[in-house]
Amino acid sequence: MNLHEYQTKQVLAKYGIPTLAGRVAESPEQAAEAYRAIGSAVAIVKAQIHAGGRGKGGGVKLVRSADEARDVALKLLGRSLVTPQTGPQGRIVRKVLVEAGCDIGRELYLGCVLDRRLGQPVLMASKQGGMEIEEVAARDPAAILKQPIDVGYGLQPFQGRALGFGLGLEGDTFKAFTAMAAAVARMFIQCDCSLLEINPLVVTKEGGIVALDGKMGIDDRALELKKQPELEAMRDVHEEDPIEHEAASYGLNYVSMEGTIGCMVNGAGLAMSTMDIIKLAGGSPANFLDVGGGANKDQVKKAFKLLLANPTVKAVLINIFGGILKCDVLAQGIVDAVKEIHVAIPIVVRLEGTNVDAGRKILGESGLKIISAADMGDAAKKVIEAAR
Amino acid sequence: MSILVDKNTRVIVQGITGSAGGFHAKAMMEYGTQVVGGVTPGKGGQTWEGKVPVFNSCDEAVRETGATASVCFVPGIAAADSVMEAAAAGIPLVVCITEGISIMDECRLRAFLRRTSTRMIGPNCPGIITPGQTKLGIMPGYIHKPGDIGVVSRSGTLTYEIVWQLSSLGLGQSTCVGIGGDPVQGTDFIDTLKLFASDPGTRAIVMAGEIGGTMEEEAAAYIRDHVGKPVVAFVGGQTAPPGKRMGHAGAIIQGGKGTAEEKYKALRAAGVTCVISPAEIGAAMKKVLEDKAA
Repeated sequence: MNLHEYQTKQVLAKYGIPTLAGRVAESPEQAAEAYRAIGSAVAIVKAQIHAGGRGKGGGVKLVRSADEARDVALKLLGRSLVTPQTGPQGRIVRKVLVEAGCDIGRELYLGCVLDRRLGQPVLMASKQGGMEIEEVAARDPAAILKQPIDVGYGLQPFQGRALGFGLGLEGDTFKAFTAMAAAVARMFIQCDCSLLEINPLVVTKEGGIVALDGKMGIDDRALELKKQPELEAMRDVHEEDPIEHEAASYGLNYVSMEGTIGCMVNGAGLAMSTMDIIKLAGGSPANFLDVGGGANKDQVKKAFKLLLANPTVKAVLINIFGGILKCDVLAQGIVDAVKEIHVAIPIVVRLEGTNVDAGRKILGESGLKIISAADMGDAAKKVIEAAR
Repeated sequence: MSILVDKNTRVIVQGITGSAGGFHAKAMMEYGTQVVGGVTPGKGGQTWEGKVPVFNSCDEAVRETGATASVCFVPGIAAADSVMEAAAAGIPLVVCITEGISIMDECRLRAFLRRTSTRMIGPNCPGIITPGQTKLGIMPGYIHKPGDIGVVSRSGTLTYEIVWQLSSLGLGQSTCVGIGGDPVQGTDFIDTLKLFASDPGTRAIVMAGEIGGTMEEEAAAYIRDHVGKPVVAFVGGQTAPPGKRMGHAGAIIQGGKGTAEEKYKALRAAGVTCVISPAEIGAAMKKVLEDKAA
């Protein structure tokens, strides 16, 4: 789950990381009010959506009066904002952040991510603030300074100093930076972050440092385990795909795609491979759907309904390799679902594994028009034909 | 021959009195695995299913049974603690089946295990099986067949699919290892390839990767320099959209990195036989072995 910039800044502030004075507004009038409350002649109005590149998309505007703040908010709120990261449909802006301006001296980068190879978080800093870190990594990997964090011990002071010296900081700025580095590492661990970025981190003309923009992702499993109730309360369901959100509430993994063939598979690896083989055979998958290893009849039924709710689906491929999920349980789930909802499109089923004979028998005796397939290759071919 | 586990492996099941632990402990015993004990804190002294002693701690279980491996079914909130307990008790191999451990707990676990000599397989994995001898995991035993092909995979059911293809073509397996789909893992491709490369009972290797991370690229470099046996590889997620987690916590293309395309490129350059269709992995292995024999 991702947080909005204004939410990230609330958490940063809790960890003592300096941010600019700001207020969230949900209406043009609130934006004007926010401008007056901040008391800074120059302020920035920033659209709050879960996508980067907002400046390029026109979602970040400088204002010099309450009227201007109101006008900018009027143009942003309730409209779709298209940025290089949103796709052509854009994202609806429901909130803006009105924030005091500041005198930018230098722009730096400070971020923390999981290093999968080390199995530990790594704190990263760069002199090239304001740019996507991936872009810096691709062009000039040596420009990114890194310090691995042993979560057992936390970030050590020498590691923060190494980054500060590497960035060429001095005096009070250096001291403020090392304190910030320690706070970011602590926040990453304590908040179960999957990503935490301050980009740019601004060194002001007076030598102070401040988080100008913030981005934060939280490990979904920590949320599922209810380890972060305060952060869970910040979830913005508007930023999530409604079908994916519904699927998650049933314990199913669903990702929307743009094709015509609905897929239902058990296990993530097999589900990805099923999408791949559909593409190889000349079709296009409408979704990724993993019903999980231990799905019960009810979950199978819900999964099946979810698939069919997508109007672009022309045919369905069910590919199950029964392990923990027994084929007869799955077959009964499909039969039950089809009895409850009218299904007008072809269904191709490939079953293998635990209790496969019982599963095939249930489908065979159900009277449903189901096309059965011998293996994955056969199933892909048949479902593409059926979708035509 | 085999790697890591065989018929002499003495196994305890952590969480044996839970529904998943109990179900699979039974299936493991039916397959022939020596399940010598179970651990559920607070239920020590009971006898599970009338045959397996239950202990309060791993320490006690090891002392009483001489266990050499553990399979952990403990739920996500407490699983990292359970694996640490097994490692602290000196158990050399822990297979962690649990899905849904938080990433920060996995980091803590990884840091803890580095200071011990315990190897963890998983988490979020189907486990490990040496066909005809023992299985420590949740895979359906009957699809496997003893033989000399090593299988290593980041997936569960895709591994079953591959094994089924191999067995149908008469190609048995030495050992099959599911290393799991999480971003932080106890055992990676290189660890497993190293073991297969030096196992005289393994003639060739199937490796099934997927999008996310750079483990396949690192494995490719290792195969090029250190593995003299034929390797057939498949990478799942060729059609996965960027920025989306595809079921497995570790299966995500981030910042344009971790694509199937890049992984295939690295594997091909290392001389690995790459298969694009998941339906033809078994057939590709058969062909590689026939070509080698010819």
